[in-house]
Amino acid sequence: MYRYDEFDAQFVKERVAQFRYQVERRLSGELTEDEFKPLRLMNGLYLQLHAYMLRIAVPYGTLSARQLRMLAHIARKYDKGYGHFTTRQNIQFNWIKLVDVPGVLADLATVEMHALQTSGNCIRNVTADHFAGAAADEIEDPRPIAEIIRQWSTLHPEFTYLPRKFKIAVSGSAHDRAALKFHDMAVEIVKNDTGEIGYRVYAGGGMGRTPYVGHVVGDFVAKEDILAFLEAVMRVYNQSGRRDNIYKARIKILVSALGVDEMKKQIEREFAEIKQAGTLTLPQAEIDRIDAYFAPPAFENVPDEEPASLDPTFKPWLEQNVSKHRRPGYAIATISLKPIGGVPGDASDHQMDALAELMDQFGIAEIRVSHEQNLVLPHVRKKDLPAIHKKLKALGLATPNAGLITDIIACPGLDYCDLANARSIPIAQDIARRFENLDRQHNIGELKIKISGCINACGHHHAGHIGILGVDKKGVEYYQLQLGGSGAEDASIGDIMGPGFTAQNIGPAVERVVEAYLKLREGDERFLDTYRRVGMEPFKNMAYLEQMYAAH
Amino acid sequence: MAAPAIQVLTANRLRDGDVVYWRNGAWVEAFKDAEVFAEKSSADTALATAQKFVADRIVVNPYLFAVRIENGEVRAIEERENIRSEGPSVRRDLGKQAREAFDVSI
Amino acid sequence: MPLIKNGVFADDVFVSIADDVQLPANGAIVSLARFQKDRDALLERNAALGVRLKSAESPEALGDDVHRLSVVVLEFPVFRDGRAFSWARMLRERFDYKGEIRAAGHLLYDQIAFMHRVGIDAFEVPQSVTLEQFNRALGEITNVFQPSADGKKTIRELRATRKP
Repeated sequence: MYRYDEFDAQFVKERVAQFRYQVERRLSGELTEDEFKPLRLMNGLYLQLHAYMLRIAVPYGTLSARQLRMLAHIARKYDKGYGHFTTRQNIQFNWIKLVDVPGVLADLATVEMHALQTSGNCIRNVTADHFAGAAADEIEDPRPIAEIIRQWSTLHPEFTYLPRKFKIAVSGSAHDRAALKFHDMAVEIVKNDTGEIGYRVYAGGGMGRTPYVGHVVGDFVAKEDILAFLEAVMRVYNQSGRRDNIYKARIKILVSALGVDEMKKQIEREFAEIKQAGTLTLPQAEIDRIDAYFAPPAFENVPDEEPASLDPTFKPWLEQNVSKHRRPGYAIATISLKPIGGVPGDASDHQMDALAELMDQFGIAEIRVSHEQNLVLPHVRKKDLPAIHKKLKALGLATPNAGLITDIIACPGLDYCDLANARSIPIAQDIARRFENLDRQHNIGELKIKISGCINACGHHHAGHIGILGVDKKGVEYYQLQLGGSGAEDASIGDIMGPGFTAQNIGPAVERVVEAYLKLREGDERFLDTYRRVGMEPFKNMAYLEQMYAAH
Repeated sequence: MAAPAIQVLTANRLRDGDVVYWRNGAWVEAFKDAEVFAEKSSADTALATAQKFVADRIVVNPYLFAVRIENGEVRAIEERENIRSEGPSVRRDLGKQAREAFDVSI
Repeated sequence: MPLIKNGVFADDVFVSIADDVQLPANGAIVSLARFQKDRDALLERNAALGVRLKSAESPEALGDDVHRLSVVVLEFPVFRDGRAFSWARMLRERFDYKGEIRAAGHLLYDQIAFMHRVGIDAFEVPQSVTLEQFNRALGEITNVFQPSADGKKTIRELRATRKP
C-alpha cells in the first residue's frame, strides 16, 4: 500500500497545523460559525445530533494493521469506544469534541492518515473495489490510479469551492464492486482491442434527491492522459454547475441539462487544451513508481485445497463470506459487520485491535473497508481460514451473511444524524432479526437491502435490490420501499412502490415482498432478476396485502 | 399555522458539541431541567438573549422547538428532539440517557 | 477595501465605476455589461481600463480584448462560489493574460493560497487580513500536489529531482 515519503509527511503535518489554527480562530471568535463551517467540513467535522462527528479518510478503503490500531486508539481516547465504517469506505467517530480534533489529527498523522476533504464541496475520498489486487476477475489493480487521483485532488486550488460535493470511484474489473455508475465521476480500467489498458470515464451518476446513472464521457482515455481528462471534467463542472440551488448543484444535474453529447464536447475542449499544455501528463515512470507501492505481497506456494474444519459453523462462513482469489491457495475473506441485531458497520475498539492482531499473526498486511460497510481481508492463505474464522467468531465478526438479506446497509439515520428524518438502524435490526434463520437466508440468496434515513441517500437506497427510505410524515417515521435498484455494472435505480409503511409495518412488508419473490422466481433467479422479469405489480400487491399502510 | 403552544430553547455547546438547554439565562445539560416557555414572547426573548452566548463562543445555533406535556412530563413533539435529549435509541448505554450526573449550568 | 498587490499593500490606481456614471480621466474598472456596450469608446480612452466579472461571467466574454485590459476583477460574491478559481486559470492559461487579476468580494483568509495558485495577484482583503496574515496564508502549505497557473513545482517534480 502507499507509504508516505517526506513530502507527504510534511504536507500532513502542515495540514494539521492549518486546521489547528482554524480551530483557534473559531474559539477566539475571529471566525464566526458561518465562516468556520466550510473549513471544518473540509476536515470532515460535522455537528450532529449529540456531538461532533469526525469522518476520517481511508483512501480507497485500505488500512494497515498499524492504522487500524490507531483507529482503535482514537475510539478509546477521544470517543466512546467504537467507530462506524461508511458507504464511502471511510470511518466515522460520533462523539468527538471540537477542542480535541487537532489532537486527533496529530495522532492520525503519525500513521499517515488524515480527515481532509471527507466533507465539503470538494473532491472527496476516492473509493475503489474492495477486492482490489486480489480479485480473480481483475484486469488491473485500481488502487495505483486511485492514489494518483487522490494526490492530484488534494487541496486542488481550482476545485475546492465546487458547486457541491464530488465523489470519485475506481474499478479494475468488469464486475463493478465500486458502484461506479452512481458516482459523480468514475474510472473503469479497460482493455482495448489491441490489448492496451486504458480508462473508461463516467460522469453524472449520483444518489440523493434525484438519482442518476452515470454516462460514459470518455470511452478510452490513455493512461498518460487521465489526469488531464479528469481535470477537464472538473473544470466544466466548476464553471457551469448550478450555484443557485443546492438540490440542483451536483454534476448529474449538469449532465442531464446539457445532454451527454454537449457535456462531452465541453470536456473535450478543455481536455485538448490541458493535454496540449502538458503539465498533467502522467509519465510512465510515475505510474511505475506508484504501482510499486501496490505490488502484491510475497505470495507463498501453498496448496489450493479447500480448507475444512470440525466446527460446523465454518462451512457456511466459508461458502458465503470467502471469495475467489487470483492466486491459487489464497482467498478473500469478508468480515461481516452485520451481526444479527447489531448496528450495521460499527466496530468496537476491542474488535479493531483484535483484527490488527489477527492480521499480524497471519501475515495479512492490509485490511479493506467496503462500501457495503463490511471489512475485507484481501490476501488470506486458504489453510489459515479455519483458524481465522475461529478468532472472528470469538469477536462476533463471523456472521456468515455477506451479500445475503441480513447484510444490510444502513446510514446512521435519526439516531445520530442532524440531517435525518427517520431512524434507519432499528429498521435494519428488525429486518435482520426476522430473517435470522440461515437456511431461510440461503434459500433467498443474494438480496441487498439498503436503508437511508433521509433523501440524502447515504445508505444508497436507490441502489438497493430492496431500498428503504425513511421519511417524516407529520412527526411520525414512515418508510418507503423501492425495488430493483443495483449498484453493480448493471446499474439501475430502484422503483418507488407507493405509500410508506410505519416502523412497525415495514418489517412485515419486506417479508411479504420476499415471499412474493420466492413464489415467483424461476430457476436460480436472484430477487433482482425476478423483479426485472415480472415488474412491480405482484410485489406491490403482496406488500399492501393487509392494507397495513398509511394513506398518502 | 398557529405557533406551537409551548417551547424549549436548545443549542449545542461549541467546544464539545454537547446538547444544552436554556434555563433562566443560562444553559443546562439535562432536558428535564430546561425552561419551558408557555408564551411565544418569552420564548422569542430568550432566543434573542441567547445570541450573546453565540457571540461569546459558548454555544452554536440556538433554536426553539415545540414540546407538550404528557402525563406530567415534558416531551418534544419531534422525535428528533427526543433523541437529541436522550442519545441514540440503538445504544442506550451512550449519551445523556446513560449519564448519571449533569451539569446544572455551564 | 485594502488592496494587497504583489505581496504588499498598494494604493488602488483604479476606480470602480457604476454603469451609469461617467468615466474619470484615470484608471477605471467597468462592468462586463458596460464593456460590451461601449467597447470601442472604452478602449480608445487614453487611460488604463479594467473589467469586473461577476462570478457567472466567463472571461470568454472578453475574448482577445482581455489583452487590452490592465486589470480583470473577479468577484467572489460568497465564499462558496468558486467559479472564479477557474476564471483566473482561464485568463492565465488559455489567454496567457499578463495583466492584474484581482479578487474582490467575500474573500476568506483560507482561500488566499488557492487564489494565489490560480493566478490571482491582487486581493481586496477584509480589514482583518494584515500583511502578516496574508503571508502566513501563503505559507501554510509548503508543497503542492498538482500544477496550476502559478507554475509552482509539484511534489511529483520535486520527487523526481531530489537526490537519491
